[in-house]
Formats: sequence, C-alpha cells, structure tokens
Amino acid sequence: MWIFYVLLLFMVIACIIAVQTDNLLSSIICVGAVGAIGSLMFLLLYAPDIAITQVVVEVLALVVMLRVTISRDITFITGDREFFGTVTSIVIILIIFLAGIEVFRTLPAFGVPVFSQFSNAASQTYITEGLTKTGAANIVAAIILDYRGYDTLGEAAVLFTSIIGATVILRKETRKQVESAR
Amino acid sequence: MPYALCFLLFIIGLLCAVVKKNMVKIIIGLAIMEYAVNLFLIMLGYRAGGTAPIISPTDINPEGALVPEFTLSSVDPLPQALVLTSIVIGLGTLALMVSICIRTYEKYGTFDITQIRRLQG
Amino acid sequence: MKGMTVIVKTVSSWTKVLIFLFGIYIVLFGHLTPGGGFAGGVILACSYVLLLLAYGREFAEKNLSLGTASKLDCAGSLLFAAIALTGFLYGSASFFYNFIQQEYLAGHNTAFKLVSAGIIPLANIAIGLKVGASLFMIVILLSAFRPEMSGREKE
Repeated sequence: MWIFYVLLLFMVIACIIAVQTDNLLSSIICVGAVGAIGSLMFLLLYAPDIAITQVVVEVLALVVMLRVTISRDITFITGDREFFGTVTSIVIILIIFLAGIEVFRTLPAFGVPVFSQFSNAASQTYITEGLTKTGAANIVAAIILDYRGYDTLGEAAVLFTSIIGATVILRKETRKQVESAR
Repeated sequence: MPYALCFLLFIIGLLCAVVKKNMVKIIIGLAIMEYAVNLFLIMLGYRAGGTAPIISPTDINPEGALVPEFTLSSVDPLPQALVLTSIVIGLGTLALMVSICIRTYEKYGTFDITQIRRLQG
Repeated sequence: MKGMTVIVKTVSSWTKVLIFLFGIYIVLFGHLTPGGGFAGGVILACSYVLLLLAYGREFAEKNLSLGTASKLDCAGSLLFAAIALTGFLYGSASFFYNFIQQEYLAGHNTAFKLVSAGIIPLANIAIGLKVGASLFMIVILLSAFRPEMSGREKE
C-alpha cells in the first residue's frame, strides 16, 4: 500500500514543476512524467487494459503538444493574471478542496470496492455471467462492446467530430482561394 | 488518504488552468485534470489483494462454470470500461485544443491571453 | 519537415514493422488478453508517426496519403455502425445484439479461442482502424501546418 503513496507523491511533485516552471519544453516533459507514473499506478491497481492505453496515448499526446512549442519563438510569458482575480480564484479553489476532503469520508476505505456494498450491483452480473453470455474472457472488452456498446458508439462519434474540427481549423487554403485559382 | 492526494492533483491542474495566462499552460492544466479524474475512477474500484478482471483457463471448473473465488476477488470492471474510452477522447480533444492554439498564435503573434483580449480585429 | 540521420532511418525502418505487428496483435486478441480496439488503434497510429518523424513529411505522405487515411477512418466508422445495425435482423431486435454469439455459437464451448465471442473481435477491428487512421491524420496535419507570418518561416 505504501507504493501508492510514493507514486502519488512523485506525481504531485512533477505536477507542481509542470505548473510553475517558465520553460515550456520542461513543463511538457513533466506532464509526460505524470502520465507515465499514472500508467504504472494503473498496472498496480490491477487494470492492465488501462495501463496499455494510457502509456501509448500519453506518448502521442507528447508528440502533439511538442508541435506547439518547437520552432516557435518561445516567448517566456511568466506571471499570472491580474492580482484580484488570482486571489479570489485561489480562495474559492481552497474552499472546494476542503469540501471535497469531507466528501471522501462517505466513501468506503481505499481497498474496498464500492460495488461490494450493494447486493444487486451491475458489476456482479457482468463478472458472473460475462463468459457464458458473451464468450469473451476479457470482461472489460465484453462490457464496452456487448453490454454497453451504445456508449462506444458515442465515443466513436466524439472522436470523429474532434478530428473533423481539427482538420477544418488547420486547413491551409480557404474556399475563396480555391475558387480564385480556377 | 490516496483519494485526497488524487484530488490534490486535480486541484493543482484546476489552479493552473484558471490562474495562468500562457495558453500552453492552460492546455497543460486541462491535461493534468484529465489524468487525475481517470486515476480517481480506477481507484474507486480497487480491491486490495484482488485480481484483474480477465478470466484465465485456471479460473473455470471442468464443467465450464466460473470458480467462486474469482467473483470474490476480482476488481470492479465497470470503471475500467468507462476510463478506457475517456482516455482516448482526451487525446482527441487535446489535438483540437492544440490546433486552436496554433491558429490563435498565427493570428495574434502571442500566446498571452490578456493581449488577445485587448487587441481589436 | 525534414528527416533525420541515416542511423535513425535504418533502425526505424526495422522497428516500425514490429510496432505495426504488435498493434495488430493487440487489436485481434482484444477479447482474450488486455488491450482491445482503442489501445491497438493508437499503437497502429504510432508506427506511422515513427515513419513521419524519421523520414520527413513528404515520404510519409507518399506512404499513406491524407485522402487514404480519411477514407479508412470513414470505413472503420461505417463498419462499426453496420455491425451494430445487423442486430435488427434477428429475433430479439435490439441495437448491438451479439447475434453471432447468441444464435450460432451458444452451446459450443469456444472460450479462450481466437474465433469466439461473436461480434466483439469484428467490432475491435473496426474501432482499431478508425482510431488509428484518425490519429495519424491529426499528426500529419499538425506537422504540415506552417503559419503564414511575415518573416517567420521556420522549419
């Protein structure tokens, strides 16, 4: 159990470095470190599917974010926004943090899953009947493609839309240029 | 207690997205918030001393039914299914944010959002 | 976007094939071992991103052009929707009805084999195709974008 505390502490330190440093390149590298330690934590939390997905997605996210900082004038814009807005936001966020800590007392302790408190939880049905009803040995794959396939359709739609949006924004010639070239 | 540290990670990302004035720092804050939320969802389903929700050939009887120790010791598979799609959607929205950021830099010449508010046209 | 030195080009021409093969394995065995369509699709996109980074953008566009990647993306989505809609042809008409498993394979003991679990491997292949093609398109577009600013033509 102590390994979780050590890894979470590393993540918090890397996150603070990523937020506070002035050099954009080193802050992006620290975000990569947060993602890599997160993937290790997923492996220790018995979620191997998520660990594989997290590590490859984080590599591609680094490649995409590096495109913004390389080959530009890296103007060292430091400092925060105007003073009064900053202080107000920090106070409000501190209040949210303290309220959130109180909410965590209602959850069961770490190490006891939430679904074991209820007798008719959906996860129990998925675990006991997953192999015989769907034939898949990987219960997570059976959930996302058989029991909850509609959510996967929604996810495919969201990914498609965001890629279309990025394609349209990064277009090089507009319609007027194409028509005037004819 | 690990829940509190994960929430602290989320709060640091939120502070970065609200307080900083460099556009790339705002994107970094949003990415850190996504990592923290995914980690919290997986931590909700963790069972100490459990096994991953993948059935191997040693977990079934000779008749083909599931051994009861597996259902007593497996972790929750439902949050893992939610987080799996959430991670890939996070990558798609990050690509969209980065493309908006590059276009704004091309139009205004700076990453500073206070400057962008005051320029006209 | 220019390429890199000869050493990097040679080594990456061997490793990108291995990464592509690994991505296909993760997609195909998604119903037996950890992985699935999403992780496998991102790995497939990563192999093409390696090609882009090592050889430069013109070579990568000759290998898999933007039009082809866009068509593969649409084909993956339409295949996924078609698999979901064929559930309506069978008795208990519902969206995403696992018709192969319930009608043809139920009763046979096909656990832990590659050909099992009905529509799940087919849907994994469709999702892997879609996610891989989308992410490759976005990285190509981000590397091809050159801002037209006066006097700032950087490579």
